[in-house]
Amino acid sequence: MAKEYPTKISARDFSVFYGPKQALFDISLQIPQNRVTAFIGPSGCGKSTFLRSINRMNDLIDGATGQGALTVDGIDVYDKSVNVSVLRRKIGMVFQKSIPFPKSIYENITYGLTLLEKVSRSELDHIVEQSLRRAALWDEVKDRLHHSAMGLSGGQQQRLCIARAVAVNPEILLMDEPCSALDPISTGKVEELITELKDTYTIVLVTHNMQQAARVSDYTGFFLMGRLIEFDRTRTLFTSPAKKETEDYITGRFG
Amino acid sequence: MLHPFQQPQRRPLETLAEWSIRAVASVSIVVIFLIFLFVFRETLSLFVSTDHGQPVADDVTGQMDDGPEVYNPPQLEDLDVPEVYNPETGGLPETSSTGQQQEQPDERTVWEKLFHDVWQPVGEQPKFGLLPLIIGTAKTTFIAILIGAPLGILAALYTAFFAPRRLRNVIKPAIELLAGFPSVVIGFFCLVTVATFVQETLGVEFRLNALVGGIGLSLAVIPIVYAITEDALSAVPKSLRAASLALGSSEWQTAYRVMLPAAAPGVIAAVILGVGRAFGETMIAIMATGNAPMVSWAAATPARTFAATIGSEMGEVVWGSEHYGVLFLLGTLLFVVSFSLNALTELYVKKRLIKRFQGK
Repeated sequence: MAKEYPTKISARDFSVFYGPKQALFDISLQIPQNRVTAFIGPSGCGKSTFLRSINRMNDLIDGATGQGALTVDGIDVYDKSVNVSVLRRKIGMVFQKSIPFPKSIYENITYGLTLLEKVSRSELDHIVEQSLRRAALWDEVKDRLHHSAMGLSGGQQQRLCIARAVAVNPEILLMDEPCSALDPISTGKVEELITELKDTYTIVLVTHNMQQAARVSDYTGFFLMGRLIEFDRTRTLFTSPAKKETEDYITGRFG
Repeated sequence: MLHPFQQPQRRPLETLAEWSIRAVASVSIVVIFLIFLFVFRETLSLFVSTDHGQPVADDVTGQMDDGPEVYNPPQLEDLDVPEVYNPETGGLPETSSTGQQQEQPDERTVWEKLFHDVWQPVGEQPKFGLLPLIIGTAKTTFIAILIGAPLGILAALYTAFFAPRRLRNVIKPAIELLAGFPSVVIGFFCLVTVATFVQETLGVEFRLNALVGGIGLSLAVIPIVYAITEDALSAVPKSLRAASLALGSSEWQTAYRVMLPAAAPGVIAAVILGVGRAFGETMIAIMATGNAPMVSWAAATPARTFAATIGSEMGEVVWGSEHYGVLFLLGTLLFVVSFSLNALTELYVKKRLIKRFQGK
């Protein structure tokens, strides 16, 4: 597998257990920097579990434990010395359901910024505008920044969540089925956004939609039953998959 | 022949159940309305009666079957009432003038008696000054909420977000059990233990005072604030917590800056209900506040609340007298205040918060 981009996230024999139940089996892969990497696979195959391990959101689930090595910039995220708050700031996350805080649009964006230090008003204004522009939402909301974010449409809410994640200036963006609750037009906007954002961020995308993976990603991993079956350039994986399971899945023979 | 869609439904048992539920609901509404009506009617007797000095009972005696017990002032004047004022019933220096006024009928209007700073309902010239009662109620309620609301809310935050599951399963029922405690037990506990503790640590002059009463009332307030706040916090979607943590915030920042504001309508309702409880609680107020009507805002002086006044005086009041009417006036005030508190939360606070959070 040829790689012209340096590795950002790397897993070696990484497994996850929920209590006694093993959810991920010896995952090994390398996610390149400033590219979009998509994970596909049927429900319950472990792709979301892997995604949530990267910023340790799996810690929220009772009894979840990781084994093996999962590194970001060469540092094991499960190491005791890791400050989880800083790790999560560096690795932004967008969820399947858009979950704006029940606050104003402005406060939604500034929330992450004001967690650690006091930021001046003018700087906040600047970051809010920049983040909303980056999420292609600025023109739609610039006149109602101080209105509640709950009044936005589903697609706008999801872009707000992206803006919120981008505002803290992360290096990686994890997206867990970000478009599954959106209509095709909103989906198109978010996909456009992903393509634009990849110059700045390393994006890891979990999706149920194979066309989406084919459209936006540079690399694709196929998960099945907690195992990584195949990981390759998206074009390669979709046109000439090496494994039979992959071929069966992408041609719609199961899943 | 009717189409099957058009055939009437025949489920007699369901119809019966529906009607009985409707009847039970109506009964409870009617009962509340009747209580309301009764309290207002008795209060009104205070203001519509023309002979203010005379007990209202005079007009009512004919209809009521309690002849011998009726308070009859002329008889009392015939009795050998000592000229010297009994300090036990009043003890205020100005009362020495009562001797001269004895022959004159009481010319004061009800309003003059109510806007007074002495509550001394029994005597030659009864004084129904509401000021000491208002102050007593306000300060004990204030102290109770000042202690009870933060404790209840923080305890709810702790069990909702920080406590390990096993600890939560112990704390939650324990605090909720406190809500079921007979208030006389809490009152007794305050009377004996808390009062001694407060006196020993603060060295206060009066053993039973508004502070002790407020602490006692807060014990009744905490479980209410806790239970409603806990429910409100648990109802906030867990995904909000995940979203906040994913931005790198700590558990505490998440609880304080995201979950608590999201649950704000519930939390405010909890505090208002807590105020209502502290305001209306009778037994603890009678036992632990010292129950003396005083015009003093100090926390360490005795106080008497509206509810405690009704509770301690209604048993001995002359049926239909002015005093009786004034006690019902207190009841009306209690009713009006709690009613407006609830209305305020329902109509104003919640609406505003919903607007803020849902962006409508």
